[in-house]
Amino acid sequence: MSSQLSGPGSTAGATDLAGDGNLAGAGNLAGAGNLAVEVSDPATVSSATQHDRPDSSNGLARTIVKSWKAPIAFGIFTLIALVLFIVLGRDGISTFQLSNSNDLIQLPVVETPTRLAGVITTILLAAITVLAWLRVRANRRVPLWLTSIFGVLFLFGFLAWAAAGQTLPVPGLLVGTVSLSVPLIFGAMGGVISERVGVVNVAIEGQLLAGAFASAVVATITGSPYVGLIAAMVAGMLVSFVLAAFAIKYFVDQVIVGVVLNVLVVGLTNFLYSQVLSKNAELLNTPPRFDRIAIPVLSEIPIIGPTLFRQTIVVYLMYIAVAAVYFGLFHTKWGLRVRAVGEHPQAADTVGINVNSTRFRNVLLAGAITGFGGAYFTLVSVPSFNREMTAGLGYIALAAVIFGQWDPIRATLAALLFGFASNLQNVLGIIGSPVPSEFMLMLPYVLTIFAVAGLVGRSRGPAASGRPYIKS
Amino acid sequence: MKLELRGITKRFGSLTANDHIDLVVRPGEIHALLGENGAGKSTLMNVLYGLYQADEGEILLDEKAQHFAGPGDAMAAGIGMVHQHFMLIPVFTVAENVMLGNEQTKAGGRLDLAAARARVREISARFGFDLDPDALVDDLPVGVQQRVEIIKALSRDAKVLVFDEPTAVLTPQETDELMVIMGQLRDAGTSIVFITHKLREVREIADRITIIRLGRVVGEAAPTASNAELASLMVGRSVELTVHKELAKPGDEALVVRDLSVIDALGQLVVNNVSFEVRRGEVLAIAGVQGNGQTELSEAIIGLQEKVLGSITLDGQSLVGMSVSRVLEAGVGFVPEDRNHDGLVGEFTIAENLMLDRSNTAPFVKRGTLQLAYLNQFAEEKTREFDVRSQGIQTPVGRLSGGNQQKVVLARELSRDLRLFVAAQPTRGIDVGSIEFVHKRIVETRDAGVPVIVVSTELDEVTALADRIAVMYRGSIVGIVPGNTSRDVLGLMMAGEVPDVITTVRADQIEGALL
Repeated sequence: MSSQLSGPGSTAGATDLAGDGNLAGAGNLAGAGNLAVEVSDPATVSSATQHDRPDSSNGLARTIVKSWKAPIAFGIFTLIALVLFIVLGRDGISTFQLSNSNDLIQLPVVETPTRLAGVITTILLAAITVLAWLRVRANRRVPLWLTSIFGVLFLFGFLAWAAAGQTLPVPGLLVGTVSLSVPLIFGAMGGVISERVGVVNVAIEGQLLAGAFASAVVATITGSPYVGLIAAMVAGMLVSFVLAAFAIKYFVDQVIVGVVLNVLVVGLTNFLYSQVLSKNAELLNTPPRFDRIAIPVLSEIPIIGPTLFRQTIVVYLMYIAVAAVYFGLFHTKWGLRVRAVGEHPQAADTVGINVNSTRFRNVLLAGAITGFGGAYFTLVSVPSFNREMTAGLGYIALAAVIFGQWDPIRATLAALLFGFASNLQNVLGIIGSPVPSEFMLMLPYVLTIFAVAGLVGRSRGPAASGRPYIKS
Repeated sequence: MKLELRGITKRFGSLTANDHIDLVVRPGEIHALLGENGAGKSTLMNVLYGLYQADEGEILLDEKAQHFAGPGDAMAAGIGMVHQHFMLIPVFTVAENVMLGNEQTKAGGRLDLAAARARVREISARFGFDLDPDALVDDLPVGVQQRVEIIKALSRDAKVLVFDEPTAVLTPQETDELMVIMGQLRDAGTSIVFITHKLREVREIADRITIIRLGRVVGEAAPTASNAELASLMVGRSVELTVHKELAKPGDEALVVRDLSVIDALGQLVVNNVSFEVRRGEVLAIAGVQGNGQTELSEAIIGLQEKVLGSITLDGQSLVGMSVSRVLEAGVGFVPEDRNHDGLVGEFTIAENLMLDRSNTAPFVKRGTLQLAYLNQFAEEKTREFDVRSQGIQTPVGRLSGGNQQKVVLARELSRDLRLFVAAQPTRGIDVGSIEFVHKRIVETRDAGVPVIVVSTELDEVTALADRIAVMYRGSIVGIVPGNTSRDVLGLMMAGEVPDVITTVRADQIEGALL
């Protein structure tokens, strides 16, 4: 009855494990030369034995699936560089201005011959493409730093090409980047909190717009931008409240509620704007603006100073918000519970965490933070409310959340990238670039699609995001 | 702590899941709660744990009535639970999981992870576990995850510990170790409620046994009771515990699998270079702990997996790369492991479900129209043949019991001319009567000369049905052994080990095959 082991399929997974580990019950196999062995009584085993190695884990062998995505993308961009920088190359000197005239420390102006810069950049890009191709062929991944270098090089080449015979103000480019990113970052923070706790927040757009509207009106009436800021927060929470009520209490599909809310807020603010605000603009729609506050010393650091430390209070609040969300999510009790509820609500429930109230409160918090971003539109950038002035930025913020993989810091960086793309289009428009301005207008959105679809690929969000928690 | 349940009644709509259940668990005893799938054991424990509110009855701890609005209250009162599906957050570390809901903080509201780590180390040292508090739960084997659950409960000073079907996901060796741990806990004075439907385990560890059937307590038994006594109490009639089958008379090789690998989306080899063959008229059982590649292997045969390397040939015809419908046409019958998800359309009637895989050819469809008269006649015939108990063939399948649903799947798959029959977890979550029926039909299919593959994580089922057993571990086949190989050997193989000598037992020593 006893037979030899026939194991045609026994492979590495089995062989490298044989020999180690002593298991309970293994002892009675030692003398198992006879044909039939009684099933031993495991109750006689007196102490718990330890496994030296995992017993039933999913530690599977891996095979590298070759992904040619990166080399192909690099190749396409190298081709674009070749056509743009060399075939359609422009002559002249590209000037990069690194300091404003009123800066304490003046950096020298950088001048590069446009055609030479184009040629060198293209050659370097081609070299990186070949390197990436070789790595993939050798079954290795293309590292992120290579992609980053490629991106920076291409950007430099493009700027040099676009600024041929012109002066490109680098501080202006960066300051604008931060300015345009502020609502995006606030929106992304709201998105991160909401998604981490398990509610998909498509309503960022609506929260921003409601915040912009409320802050404009309240700041005008009270004459204080600070009160306007609080009003923006409350407006964002109101939109969140509707989202939370439908999504958490009544289990309505969260994406649908979010989209409907966005449309609702657009309609509502349009109506109020045309019926009320535009008729009484003096009384209701001329909010006071926040002044820029330069932080002593820090604001005099070349390039960084003007970019980060000569901003309004809203921007400084944003820095605090990003740091607080990051610290809160990963280092406090609040964050642990938020993440638990978004990952495995049932597990959170069984340790005594009230899932739905945690969700409700944090969706409200997300709305409040996003509302701040809305205030930036009316209290900092344009001193009055306009129809649909958020122009879809809420959706870009949502993309930043996904691109940033639900991490506050990375989402902030993603938002900055989109802000940079938007501002690049502005700056190039001003200095008069050869690219049609309509094309440049597409840039941030094209970048969004590429970033979310291409670079990120399959990113894993909080496991229970978008799923209502229904207790039976 | 003494736990007492008095007259607990819980209804879901018209269904009474618990009907005036009384239960007393004394301090320092292991009290087994034995019952079939769907008998109401888990509902009762969820009431105890505050997840459900009882409609009637009361819970007493040390003679004091308790009112649990949620699991938080139950935990505060000293009740801990090791859930059947672990309530752990996979992306958290062990320490984070243990502290969740009970967090200690330092100045500035920061989590005191150091204290949580120390707590994990302290409790694991008490029981001789070797557990890294900073390991991600996702990376831990199932048996170790269960220990994290135990530690989680103990870190809240649980005096009553409920184990809900704790052995379902464990290898036999891990099960033995769990039994030892439960013994240690009992000796330390913890009251333990042990929920299971496996007779072997109950007799091994329990001090007292309460048997539940259809939501009611039907009796108490001592652990000295025989398997047959316990089984008949549990099922309500005397049960045949073994599957009767003649010795297999294997014919030619029908299904030949060579160097088969299946790659998942992450590039992991979920099936790793597997080779085997199945002869006509034999049952090859594929054993292994859940998640070691059995699911993917069976899906690869039916054509549901995308990235498949290697060859699968059935009677000389290659199945790799064929669409599912072509594979079905080639004569493959398939019972998927999750019948509600993959096997049936819950909203469809029994009759419609019976023709799901034949929706494009005569006699069910002619000139693009359903032949309803034929379908109804066919459905009447099959429901009779397969003993599907329902209010008629127009009943939506979703309203049937698990056992009757599985019979519908079986009726559909076995009513074609088969050249290969693949049944994945054919008796998961169904009642004993249905298990007997399903096993009988599988043996009949084998005896009709069809090669049969049974994928099962239940060792009892494997040993009851198999003529040969292939044990899978981490995507590979550890070895293929005779059907009467002893449980110890199979258990070792399920943990990835290849024993030097394969021992076998006589067929009449295989006991408790159904439960």
